[in-house]
Amino acid sequence: MLPRPLHATRALAVLLAAAVAALAAALRFGSVEVDTGALLRALRLLVLGASEPSLASTVLALRLPRALTGMAVGGMLALSGALLQALLRNSLADPYVLGVSGGASCAAMLAIALGAGAAAVALFAAGGALAAMLLLFLLAHRALFARDAPVEPGRDSTILLTGVMIASLCAAALSIVLSLAPDGRLRTMVFWLLGDLGGAVNLALAAAAALAWVLLLALALRDAPALTLMLGGELQAYTQGVATTRVRRRLVALTAVATGSAVALAGAVGFVGFVAPHLVRYFVGTNQRVVLPAASLLGAILVLLADTIGRTIAAPLQLPVGALTALVGVPVFLWQLQRP
Amino acid sequence: MTAALLACRALDVRYAQRWLIRSLDIDVAAGERWALVGPNGAGKSTLLQVLAGVRAADGGSIELAGRLLSRWSVAQLAGLRALVADRWFDPFATRALDTVMAARYRMHQGVGKADQTEGRSEQFARECLLAMDCEALAQRDVRQLSRGERQRVALAAALAQQTPLVLLDEPISHQDPRHQVQVLHRLGQRTACTYIGALHDINAAARFATHALLLAGDGRWQAGTSQSVLTQQNLSQLFGTSIVQIEIDAHRVFVSTGGVPS
Repeated sequence: MLPRPLHATRALAVLLAAAVAALAAALRFGSVEVDTGALLRALRLLVLGASEPSLASTVLALRLPRALTGMAVGGMLALSGALLQALLRNSLADPYVLGVSGGASCAAMLAIALGAGAAAVALFAAGGALAAMLLLFLLAHRALFARDAPVEPGRDSTILLTGVMIASLCAAALSIVLSLAPDGRLRTMVFWLLGDLGGAVNLALAAAAALAWVLLLALALRDAPALTLMLGGELQAYTQGVATTRVRRRLVALTAVATGSAVALAGAVGFVGFVAPHLVRYFVGTNQRVVLPAASLLGAILVLLADTIGRTIAAPLQLPVGALTALVGVPVFLWQLQRP
Repeated sequence: MTAALLACRALDVRYAQRWLIRSLDIDVAAGERWALVGPNGAGKSTLLQVLAGVRAADGGSIELAGRLLSRWSVAQLAGLRALVADRWFDPFATRALDTVMAARYRMHQGVGKADQTEGRSEQFARECLLAMDCEALAQRDVRQLSRGERQRVALAAALAQQTPLVLLDEPISHQDPRHQVQVLHRLGQRTACTYIGALHDINAAARFATHALLLAGDGRWQAGTSQSVLTQQNLSQLFGTSIVQIEIDAHRVFVSTGGVPS
């Protein structure tokens, strides 16, 4: 017997509250702790467009872009992971499985090796992600643009295998770039590859990222009922009225954009995209209308928490968020796996 | 011409370089129950997929409900025909009830707003499970069901789709003797439904079907009422083994005597 899934609205409300709490914690804690009242005052001033020289204002100016970016990155990665696990009907899928992040990493490392600044690195990463995505669409065009439903089994494994090959290709190119890069830049590169929010200092960019996250989630939700049906096989979904090829194409493009944006913003933050959908499915079932927003919110919370811990635990040193997402996520995942 | 629910005209079906069916002409009227009978690999499942519109024909045309099959949209087709496949993909834990309710997807897409509310949808799904004798499985994880149970849940999902035409691919292949009889009987009771089903069990086919289509697998076919087509001569020739017909309580029963004709 499966337990009746948690009430969807209630689960989402809890996650939303947790996200707000995580955001508050991210703004409050760090190398310097600021009390909430001062933060709220500074936040009000920020929204009004005024400013006063206070500790809280300074801290807010530093932490708010980082926190918003962290949420957007976690949210987009978890959304991508949830979409890909459902689309490929493979619970081992994660946002990086299609090679989009490989393309981003490769291009970003090249930019760092050549001595480019943070903005150029992000642009390179976005370009690399786009190139990898175009390559995927080109190579897997039969699975993504076929006119009828896939009766021949194995078309979804075509997408998966093509993605894995692109990722391998990118990994090879990446290792060449790493081995040729000047020693002085290797540390920056390693941090980027582990996933790091240190570069998120621009509030406008962070706000745009958060907006993009919400937009992508809304777009994904439109296809959520169809995706729920596609879990039971595309042939069956097609006979039940889902235009499967179109949905697949839309959602693969959406995950590519989401993953590409997340990687361009914060490097290859690992694990969140894999674990968030798993945890969420355990509690809310497989209805994608609930899974997608819930996983996305949980991903945002996980990255926020991981980054807050990373900034606080060894302050003033900062640990890369990518390492901490796994440190937080793995025990939670294993605990869930051990439950009867 | 009678207003057939489904009409095939000069239909050709090919699989990998092999012609399975050449120039098939049949009219399936509403309320009829057709059995597809033929040896392994004769094209029964392939034909069902072609009739369902998920696979293109290699020649000829199919008309469903008065319009070319290819002219119906994916959503419209979902209101006209259901397909019960012979295999299921259950990658994630899902309640049986949810898989049945999911079959009502088109109802939520504006194509027939008969019952949109979750409650009525769930109640209807439960009735479908009950019809297939698996209402007790409603809360079970489909991955933990036996094959026979999973098959009945899939049948219930097809009923929940509420289509005039139901295509069945080996619908009782995993059923125990009681459920073999019960499932076909319950399906047959729904006289508003038209069925086309691939059946390996000739006796089940003879009991259930009003019509039969024999597929030889080399392009040849024979169609007609099950009385006229399901005969010991036809079946012996079709399967390449001697099959004799006996009568028990006024029922035709086919028995394979094991002889292999030269």
